[in-house]
Amino acid sequence: MGSLTGLLFAGGLGFMLLAVASGLDFGAPPMLIGSEIQAHAPQQTGAANIVTSVVLGYRAIDTLGELSILFASAVSAGLVLGRRHTTAGTQTKGGFILQSGGSLLFPLMMTIGFYIIFHGHLTPGGGFQGGVILAAAFFLPLLARPGARLHHKSLSLIEGFAGASFILIGLFAMLEGKAFLQPMLIQDTLGQLVSAGTLPLLYLAVGLKVGAELASLLSRLIQTEAPQ
Amino acid sequence: MIPAVTPELILYTTAIGLIAIGLAGVVLSSHLFRMVLALVIAEAGANLMLVLAGYRWDAVAPILTSRAEPAAMVDPVPQALVLTAIVIGVGIQALAVSILIRIRQRFATLDRKEAAERMDAEIAATLGAPRDISQEAPLGERPLPTLPADQINMRGDSP
Amino acid sequence: MSEIELWILLLLAVTMLSAAVMVLLVKNHIAAVAAASVVSLGLALIFALLRAPDVAMTEAAVGVGLSSLILALALRRLGLWRLDGSKTKTNLLEHHVENRDG
Repeated sequence: MGSLTGLLFAGGLGFMLLAVASGLDFGAPPMLIGSEIQAHAPQQTGAANIVTSVVLGYRAIDTLGELSILFASAVSAGLVLGRRHTTAGTQTKGGFILQSGGSLLFPLMMTIGFYIIFHGHLTPGGGFQGGVILAAAFFLPLLARPGARLHHKSLSLIEGFAGASFILIGLFAMLEGKAFLQPMLIQDTLGQLVSAGTLPLLYLAVGLKVGAELASLLSRLIQTEAPQ
Repeated sequence: MIPAVTPELILYTTAIGLIAIGLAGVVLSSHLFRMVLALVIAEAGANLMLVLAGYRWDAVAPILTSRAEPAAMVDPVPQALVLTAIVIGVGIQALAVSILIRIRQRFATLDRKEAAERMDAEIAATLGAPRDISQEAPLGERPLPTLPADQINMRGDSP
Repeated sequence: MSEIELWILLLLAVTMLSAAVMVLLVKNHIAAVAAASVVSLGLALIFALLRAPDVAMTEAAVGVGLSSLILALALRRLGLWRLDGSKTKTNLLEHHVENRDG
């Protein structure tokens, strides 16, 4: 009975969404804001990647809210899991290939992570993607050597520093008489590495924050006690 | 009547199909871990739906390659929205998974009904209230027996 | 969209929908996590076809990589990391957990 109701619910919802979607004009978005942003983004933010100028310029407060949601969920996951380091030593070590592969990949992944973060205003990519790659880079050695431990204090220091600098850059814009988090210092060098003013700095803060958060989350997850 | 196979038909069917399958999984599955996986599927469908809302025919990706007047671009706003939604999704997922780990540690089960039963039993045992809590008369509406101060289990240790 | 893109889309859609059904029906939990990451991979490719490279990159890094990693780690911690699902008695959507007493 219960499963029938569930199937009926899911099917009905799918039908409703399909009916709504059939009325939409696919391929011709009715939103006017998109074309407005396209027309003005290069002058107003100086970033070649328009998604970046939306994320960090036009909707930067949303990004700040998103960062706080991520922070809240990481903190509460750590809170729920608790502090347990008992089984870290009892797990089997990775083999030779995993260990040396982890050591070999670490600098490469750090490089590509920072590359993606620093080029977020020019090419696809940015703080979120690069931050995830940084977290993976810190997690790989942990997978190879389960006894190794990330330094949680420095991770939370990096995270707090990155979050604070994101807000400080926004406040600095207010000090200049602009709106909170409004892009500043825009040079007329579209497509260069040094362009788009404060946007790369904001993306660097986002990347460090996301990376540190996810790395500490993963290490906490791997160090949790396994059930007997 | 069979509609012609067009890109929008495929894409909308995929998005709505993922949402429906995911929600059906959330409602139907009796295993808590599958419920988290179903939530991931539903979220994927919702993200696809949002990106579809910003698609434009014969447009280029929203990245400028030169200073010249740009060609028609897809709408960047839904893309920025989905970008943050994906990252939030993984945070929510980590939270859900860590709650599952705690449920497993405390109640030694991952079956939805069984876990709810044991949770109810434990709440009832802690409060000293009768076990038969029906949905019509939840616990808050009836007078609770007063507990002596030393029996109130603040730390949530198992009895 | 060209003809070949249409065929790629059709292939991806069929793969993703069947993987999504598999997530709910397959017995083995590791296979279910793998199927969920197949859905994410297909989604990343569709985003790339829809001219959303930023989103495709995020989905590839987060959905395919990190999310599967978190789920796999959770499987180990939940004690569900078992390579053969044959011992688990399963019928449609009923995933009984073995060794319930821990």
